[in-house]
Amino acid sequence: MAIYPTETGHYGSFGGRFVPETLMPAILELEKAFKEAKEDPDFQEEMRYYLKQYVGRETPLYYAERLTATLGGPKIYLKREDLNHTGAHKINNTIGQALLTQRMGKKKVVAETGAGQHGVATATVSALLGLECIIFMGKEDVRRQALNVYRMELLGAQVVSVDQGNGTLKDAVNEAMRYWTANVEDTHYIFGTAAGPHPFPQIVRDFQRIIGDESRKQIIEAEGKLPEAIVACVGGGSNAIGMFYPFVDDRDVKMYGVEAGGMGLPTGKHAASLTEGKAGILHGSLSYLLQNEDGQVQEAHSISAGLDYPGVGPEHSYLKDAGRVTYDAVTDEEALEAVRLLSRTEGIIPALESAHAVAYCKKLAPVMDKEDVLVVCLSGRGDKDVNTIREAHETGGDSYD
Amino acid sequence: MTKAQLDNAFLTVSEAGEKAFVPYIMAGDGGLESLNERIRFLADSGATAIELGLPFSDPVADGPTIQAAGIRALEAGTTVQAVLDEVAKEKASRNVPLVIMTYLNPVFAYGVEAFASACAAAGISGLILPDLPLEEEGLVVEALQKHEIALIRLVALTSTPDRIRALAERAEGFLYAVTVAGTTGERATFVDQLGTHLQELKEISKAPVLAGFGVSTPEHVKELSQYCDGVVVGSKIVAALHQGDRQQVAELIRSIKQA
Repeated sequence: MAIYPTETGHYGSFGGRFVPETLMPAILELEKAFKEAKEDPDFQEEMRYYLKQYVGRETPLYYAERLTATLGGPKIYLKREDLNHTGAHKINNTIGQALLTQRMGKKKVVAETGAGQHGVATATVSALLGLECIIFMGKEDVRRQALNVYRMELLGAQVVSVDQGNGTLKDAVNEAMRYWTANVEDTHYIFGTAAGPHPFPQIVRDFQRIIGDESRKQIIEAEGKLPEAIVACVGGGSNAIGMFYPFVDDRDVKMYGVEAGGMGLPTGKHAASLTEGKAGILHGSLSYLLQNEDGQVQEAHSISAGLDYPGVGPEHSYLKDAGRVTYDAVTDEEALEAVRLLSRTEGIIPALESAHAVAYCKKLAPVMDKEDVLVVCLSGRGDKDVNTIREAHETGGDSYD
Repeated sequence: MTKAQLDNAFLTVSEAGEKAFVPYIMAGDGGLESLNERIRFLADSGATAIELGLPFSDPVADGPTIQAAGIRALEAGTTVQAVLDEVAKEKASRNVPLVIMTYLNPVFAYGVEAFASACAAAGISGLILPDLPLEEEGLVVEALQKHEIALIRLVALTSTPDRIRALAERAEGFLYAVTVAGTTGERATFVDQLGTHLQELKEISKAPVLAGFGVSTPEHVKELSQYCDGVVVGSKIVAALHQGDRQQVAELIRSIKQA
């Protein structure tokens, strides 16, 4: 496929830089700094050092033998991003952007967070590199994720509760963008997902592509071939694009992006922007978006806070329209079942986000051969979700024993 | 005719040796049925043109006052079509040019060409899209030109000299000089270099230069308008109308005459 994004930050008709003029100079400065960093061996060496010694890479590509046997389909391998420091793939990006922040001579960072994983990953690298850190988090999420709020504060970050709008992740992004607009001279915005204005989708992809690069090498070592299929969950889409990107030109590798189907697509209470949305502009880029007829952005719904976002990264929109990746959705209930499945078969409690990808394996298993290989991005661990999962059990939505 | 109406309004003000005052109101805040009456009130109070906000769910360039007004308008069921229909009703009798300020997505969802056409039919003179920088304006420019709607561009305090030049050269309707690094809303003071910045813009801009964002008192109006062609006042007007304090609105508009 052609190389994306274009010089102007477009992926086909998607992407772009839809931000106020006040931010444009910072966006252009960031683009320049990122280009230079990519070419700078010292920066690459610094990245490698922190990813190995601090984050704990490379992460294993683990053959899930009992899960494979239970589902009775292809050999399933799990890319263990849950084993990273802070428990998810988010830190691959925050460490990179924090180093970019230093490179640009800025000393402060701002970020948004939903469940708190990106906030924690940002607060962590800020502590590591001595950056001042402010995190915007929706009021509802602050209440639901009190432990992560405390975790960020323990790491020295200031957490601001956002009660504008509906107090969700989308509103936290709005408020972080407003804060950035007012403090752009000395502050970098560490965007957490592969969305937002160019160059963020590219930066996040390039910092996350290590997931796919490692997986590609590891699966060839383990199986002597490329996988038949790859699965990853998609909210904004950072773990998925990181996993998919190095395989895009491997035409025989099928790729599946799994969105949050919430209470079911027909209920309208979901976060499936690619499956159910239409093209629109939110948070700086043109991409598939959950919106009403009048162009008002709709609230997303998912049991998984990390997928609870009405937009999605523009490169996913491009890959959907190009027919390269199949996007589908699984419900809250299916994700909860997958949490139990993976916990009981492998002793791995997945994050609710990642459980969406695991749930999709159940759908793929019957249509794939036993000789086939399926790689799943296990983007994060479920410690943060234990309360949510327990509450879901207790309200009896599922037949848990 | 549409774009020209705005140009004529500024010309009239400048020929009289006066400065322009452009108040902002949020369409649908206070009920869509009061929209035309509010427009008449502002025109009668001396507004040069009126900026009409179309509410958007995620207004990243706006501070708390306009955000709240947008939520009120959306909760009242305000739609793009309803606003355009409402202002179209008094197109013939209206003696003040209207400029729409909104975000790109409602325009995109409506269809850019259809929106430009509907704006022309409703007698709208210009469009301000704060999330549409120079780099992306190709999405709308052609449709707006075809229907003679001015694309009103914003210049920021952070804009680099080459960007300022490019924006000033393309300026039509007016050049919107953002006076703070931040969102809309009241401020106590402005940066020291603001006067010089505005004067420099005025020297190179092909259209009148209006200062806006954070302009909220008669003192601000007097201070800033001496460096440029006038001011845009948003949050203060929105808040005063919401509180039913029309006298304050009228006094603010009058303050431009004493500038």
